[in-house]
Amino acid sequence: MSEDIKFVEKEHVVIRFSGDSGDGMQLTGTLFSNISAILGNEISTFPDYPSEIRAPQGTLGGVSGFQVHLGSSTVYTPGDEADVFVVMNPAALKVNATGIKKNGIIIFDVDSFTEKDFEKAGFTSSNPFQELNISDSIQLVPAPLSSLTKESLSGFDFDLKTISRSKNMFALGLVCFLFNRPIEQAIHFLENKFKKKADILKANIKVLVDGYNYGQNIDASISIFQVNKSHSIKPGTYTNINGNKATAWGLIAASKKSGLQLFLGSYPITPATDILHELSERKDMGVITVQAEDEIAGICTSIGASFAGNLAATSTSGPGLALKSEAIGLAVMAELPLVVVNVMRGGPSTGMPTKTEQTDLLQALYGRNGESPAVVMAASTPDNCFKYAYMASKIALENMTPVILLTDGFIGNGSSLWKLPKLAELPEIKPPYVTPEMKEKVKVTTRNENSKIRYWAIPGMEGFAHRNGGLEKDYDKGAISTDAANHQKMVNARQQKITNIAQQIPELKVEGCVDADVLVIGWGSTHGHLISAINSLKKENKKIALAHFNYINPLPKNTAEVIRSYKKVVVCELNSGQFATFLRSQVEGVHFYQYNKVEGQPFTVLELKECFKNFLKN
Amino acid sequence: MTTYTAKDFKSDQYVRWCPGCGDHAVVASLQKAMAEIGVNPEQTAVISGIGCSSRLPYYVSTYGFHTIHGRGAAIASGVKIANPELTVWQITGDGDCLAIGGNHFIHSIRRNIDLNVLLFNNQIYGLTKGQYSPTTKKGFATKSSPFGTVERPFHPGELVIGSRGTFFARALDVDIKTSVDVMTAGAQHKGTAVIEMLVNCIIFNDGAHGWLAHKDERADRMIVLKHGEPMLFGKENNKGLVLDGFNLKVVTIGENGITEKDILIHDAHSEDYTIHSKLILMKGPDFPIAMGVIRSVAEETYDDAVHHQIDEIQNKTSIKTFDELLGTLENWEM
Repeated sequence: MSEDIKFVEKEHVVIRFSGDSGDGMQLTGTLFSNISAILGNEISTFPDYPSEIRAPQGTLGGVSGFQVHLGSSTVYTPGDEADVFVVMNPAALKVNATGIKKNGIIIFDVDSFTEKDFEKAGFTSSNPFQELNISDSIQLVPAPLSSLTKESLSGFDFDLKTISRSKNMFALGLVCFLFNRPIEQAIHFLENKFKKKADILKANIKVLVDGYNYGQNIDASISIFQVNKSHSIKPGTYTNINGNKATAWGLIAASKKSGLQLFLGSYPITPATDILHELSERKDMGVITVQAEDEIAGICTSIGASFAGNLAATSTSGPGLALKSEAIGLAVMAELPLVVVNVMRGGPSTGMPTKTEQTDLLQALYGRNGESPAVVMAASTPDNCFKYAYMASKIALENMTPVILLTDGFIGNGSSLWKLPKLAELPEIKPPYVTPEMKEKVKVTTRNENSKIRYWAIPGMEGFAHRNGGLEKDYDKGAISTDAANHQKMVNARQQKITNIAQQIPELKVEGCVDADVLVIGWGSTHGHLISAINSLKKENKKIALAHFNYINPLPKNTAEVIRSYKKVVVCELNSGQFATFLRSQVEGVHFYQYNKVEGQPFTVLELKECFKNFLKN
Repeated sequence: MTTYTAKDFKSDQYVRWCPGCGDHAVVASLQKAMAEIGVNPEQTAVISGIGCSSRLPYYVSTYGFHTIHGRGAAIASGVKIANPELTVWQITGDGDCLAIGGNHFIHSIRRNIDLNVLLFNNQIYGLTKGQYSPTTKKGFATKSSPFGTVERPFHPGELVIGSRGTFFARALDVDIKTSVDVMTAGAQHKGTAVIEMLVNCIIFNDGAHGWLAHKDERADRMIVLKHGEPMLFGKENNKGLVLDGFNLKVVTIGENGITEKDILIHDAHSEDYTIHSKLILMKGPDFPIAMGVIRSVAEETYDDAVHHQIDEIQNKTSIKTFDELLGTLENWEM
């Protein structure tokens, strides 16, 4: 290693990879994240990819990005601004030019920075950096990634396309060098990934190692970042997991714990499809997946499976949830357990499929005909999608109700460290099955009079044959009924059942300053950004606290009490104020301030700090 | 083995169909067929959508689920895939099945899920009080087509063939014997068995199948097909079907030198659906209407395939528990 190289120790570093959607940036980013996590860093990642599978090469529409935040202390978000930006072409530069730190570094593939490439990306001059007003304080490091990759593979009998595709490995090697990551770990990952393709593996390793060695030859003024092992992490066995996979595995865990076969009826939709992919692979766990003919059939096959006694789930995103509305109402009416996972994206209509938003909350709460209460909950990090998918299943099965679990593109595709659980340590799941002594005595509507939860008889059980359905039923006899007083009684029972669930869920906890002047409220995937902003303000001795919600309907039972104990309350969400609207209907006499953004992107910690400072001032 | 009678399949519910409605006969046939099939009512699930016919689950003593408009096929599919041990009936009408539920109908058939589908075809929307349906004859005046419908109707059997269906049968509501026979055959068939019941709606479309149902002429106007038997019909059972070029033709035995040997033998098991299609499309007055099991072809069912695949993979894999599955993830100690 060259003696001129400087080591700079950093607590947190954000690195962004960006290139054409065919450049393999997602793989490069994922491998680099995993290598860092194995070395003991905390990580949070966020892929930002286009809807187009392969837009014309070099154009703005085809830019795919991957950001990872490494830390030697707790990492809550993938980071606002990048310290290091690896960029494969001018289009990628243009799309991601904002959000680079003042003293950041841009490493770019100089081979792809030609007149032709500038033109494709819509630059009018031959100096894209100047055209984008990139600050002089940012260090520009040109590296001929394409030509060096070609050279590296000159001994191999590959076509040009394959060679060009390998340049992401050159970039990975280079970045491993710059962050002082041992190359052996990267090789180990590649060996796993390309187990069955010996020649591709050999070529990738060659390029990776050449990229690493190239690092030693580049501009000596470049620093090597040293991000040390994190000590804030609980000891245990960890992996790096994205939210969609964690959701799928949470459902599997609930299936194993409850002893029920898991059934997923689903229709492909961005950004939720990975849940279908993940579960389709798990035949070893006995999971049944049906790729249905449409969103409606996705949920309806699941409702059929639930009727037949399975743990039934359906996965979708906003437009799909809209199509499923009527069927969710059927599950409410028939009082059948069902988990509906909605990975939210930009709306309305088709909106922005690959971008993230929290705009389906009111749809989840109210988007059905009739008085149709269902449980609504939200995961807040990639890894806790596991926990909340598990809890959604538990609540659905034990309370005989549909549960809508909200995640979004940000945590669905983003990843974080996950401490591997043990099935034995997860809470028991006990559905309210009919018991032998109830034989011939219970009707479809017979319920526990305290909890209002009806008993579950499953087709095939002798002595319990019944007719369920979407028509109103008589409270006692279970037969169809349009009696006025009976309908009111049934409406009340279905509502009471959901209201009672507040007793089963944890109370709301406040993070941050106990005697805060301002209480920030958030829900779902914004937790990382909100708590980062609040922790940062705490260091500046600001009196501010966070109440973050994972359970929305019903709300934790101490919600009103907590909120009323603060002078100023501001609800922050990635929509125009949906949770604030809901809270106004649930907690009377409080003025809820709002901070909202609907740009298809997560909050930044920076903007939140600015916002909170204003609320603290006034 | 327990033997059952139709009574064992009757529920205690008051039947709410109009007096004179063809549905009364169909549910009676179904109860008889269920007794004949001999499956315990509690191993049987009857799933319906919305419409007059979809009330049927309340009138049988099995497990039942009266769901939402058009979705019966999808929900019944879920029931059968989740628990293949159950005998699953789907009850639907021409509006529920072919309009709002058309997509689920063709896809459940394409997948060949082991369902017994009773399609009540009365060529009208009854429960919403008399609008034209996808099977209403062109030109027919209804409340939503006061000047006659300008739409071309579906032939359900053609849709079944087009969806690569493995079983299609037809019966007239009042013909209890054929109804019970085709229902029993449909239940014994492994795969989606579509049984089109020609049903009269006494209120909004009385006599929709009147030409066929005519008591004195019925024998001349319908042919009840039986696999392996000659396609004979008529009051004297002396009329039959022959091939004339690429088309079917009605002939009379004893006329123009025709003998019984010339009559086509019905092959319901033929994978080639050419003749089946022609039989499905026969209409009066030149042809009799085809009844009985028109097509019944053996093919693997979706539900079997799903469970076979799972069994195969579970037998092969060394990953048996969730904790073992977790162990397959790239993981490290921190």
